[in-house]
Amino acid sequence: MLVLVLDTSTPAVTAALADVTPTGHTVTAELRTVDGRAHGELMAPEIDEALRKSGASVRDLVAIVAGTGPGPFTGLRVGLVTAASMGQALGIPTYGVCSLDAIGGVPGQVTLAATDARRREVYWAIYDQAGTRVEGPHVDLPDVVAAKTVAVAVGDGALKYADRLGVKVLDEPRYPVVDTFVRLAAERILAGAPSEPLTPLYLRRPDAVAAGGHKSVLP
Amino acid sequence: MTDEPLVLGIETSCDETGVGIVRGTTLLADALASSVDLHARFGGVVPEVASRAHLEAMVPTMQRALDEAGVTLADVDAIAVTSGPGLAGALLVGVAAAKGYAVAAEKPIYGVNHLAAHVAVDTLEHGPLPEPAIALLVSGGHSSLLLVDDLATGVTPLGSTIDDAAGEAFDKVARLLGMPFPGGPPIDRAARDGQATIAFPRGLTAAKDQAAHRFDFSFSGLKTAVARWVEARERAGEPVPVNDVAASFQDAVCDVLTAKAIDACRQHGVDTLVIGGGVAANSRLRVLAEERAAKVGIRVRVPRPKLCTDNGAMVAALGSHLVAAGVRPSRLDLPADSAMPLTLVSV
Ligand SMILES: [Zn+2]
Repeated sequence: MLVLVLDTSTPAVTAALADVTPTGHTVTAELRTVDGRAHGELMAPEIDEALRKSGASVRDLVAIVAGTGPGPFTGLRVGLVTAASMGQALGIPTYGVCSLDAIGGVPGQVTLAATDARRREVYWAIYDQAGTRVEGPHVDLPDVVAAKTVAVAVGDGALKYADRLGVKVLDEPRYPVVDTFVRLAAERILAGAPSEPLTPLYLRRPDAVAAGGHKSVLP
Repeated sequence: MTDEPLVLGIETSCDETGVGIVRGTTLLADALASSVDLHARFGGVVPEVASRAHLEAMVPTMQRALDEAGVTLADVDAIAVTSGPGLAGALLVGVAAAKGYAVAAEKPIYGVNHLAAHVAVDTLEHGPLPEPAIALLVSGGHSSLLLVDDLATGVTPLGSTIDDAAGEAFDKVARLLGMPFPGGPPIDRAARDGQATIAFPRGLTAAKDQAAHRFDFSFSGLKTAVARWVEARERAGEPVPVNDVAASFQDAVCDVLTAKAIDACRQHGVDTLVIGGGVAANSRLRVLAEERAAKVGIRVRVPRPKLCTDNGAMVAALGSHLVAAGVRPSRLDLPADSAMPLTLVSV
């Protein structure tokens, strides 16, 4: 069963195809360009290229898995609206996976996964030894996250603020991992579970100030 | 492909999520979801609020349009989308969605100019546009005069606002007068019960402005003049004749817009004036434009109010025109361009 995986929650603009069967799954094509300012330009050509590389037609797809963030809003929406529109056009289900879960925990260790939330903050979550998310996702300053007790940290947010986290930071995985997205959605894909609305994990309110009273123009 | 292509248009440049479907110049569907109520308490459109609303509205609005037209995505010949100008984050939702639909349905995509689409929408109501024509586009986001040589390839900007857009001036004056956002409709209503007795300034109409700003607009000074006038009244403890202020302000805006539009027609020897954008729904603007144009033998074309404001039908209308004219589609890496120049009809 051919599945499309999309994630734009980090600067790594990702489109991939995977073959999912009851006995396991294989990633057949993976396109990833790291550019935090060009999600909109990169996403669709990557999908096109992934299909070509796999020798597949878009009509072969049976489901779409999308990273729901958290991530910087503008880029995050690109992946989600692409997944939603393609799912609608093809009449196939869409499944959401928290993008931090696709970075996930290091087996056997309590792990902090953190991505860059800009404005000097990180999006973060904590995973127990079994890889289950036990805290988050949240958005906070690195110093707030540093107060948490973990054995190891991963993700581009952890790498960026490594000197402030006070914990060992691994180089990889730096961004959400395609294979993990597929693994976390495999059960739903194989069961033909109902399509899910792809609700972005914004974690922040929009910047907006209510209009105040009229300012005087007379001296 | 026939000269009556079935084209779907997607619009998300500001606070309206629009999906329109046309066959040739026949409108089949015009589905719209507006986030205007979410912005009301901020007194203007908040970009992030608009972008979030576009994401939520995209799929249901598309479904309503397809149902209304009785077609499927497999039936359409092309997908057009506003690629600019507009709010960057808002545009991006529509552009990414359009690409998703185009890739999934294996259709060509056209990234088109929002302002050219405001002109093209009139073909749905009044048929093919005589070229060249002059277009006056006025809304909360833009105030422009264009020379339309060829709607498929060439639009020449003649002038635009150097400060506030006309619709923005309506919003700000409405707020000053205690009226709700958006300000156009309440000012129009109040003006009907008032007299244009107050002489407010007409920006960039003085003889000295003719050389550099003959076809440009300025509404910032007008807005300030209204504020000063109202405040002086309030300080003197006198009642503010709200209806008269509304009528006088509206008259000042419409006077400048129509005078410059007619001047542009005469300067370029053009006998057709198209008016579009949300402010084109203003009753005074329509009447004054008709009156002045009739005197000099110019025909005014204004689509019905629902087509004047932002919608998907206008994007579909322009897309259909481009397909029929044999213009090549855009590439899949087409960007959302918040500052897309008027000289680009499509990318
Ligand atoms: Zn507009």
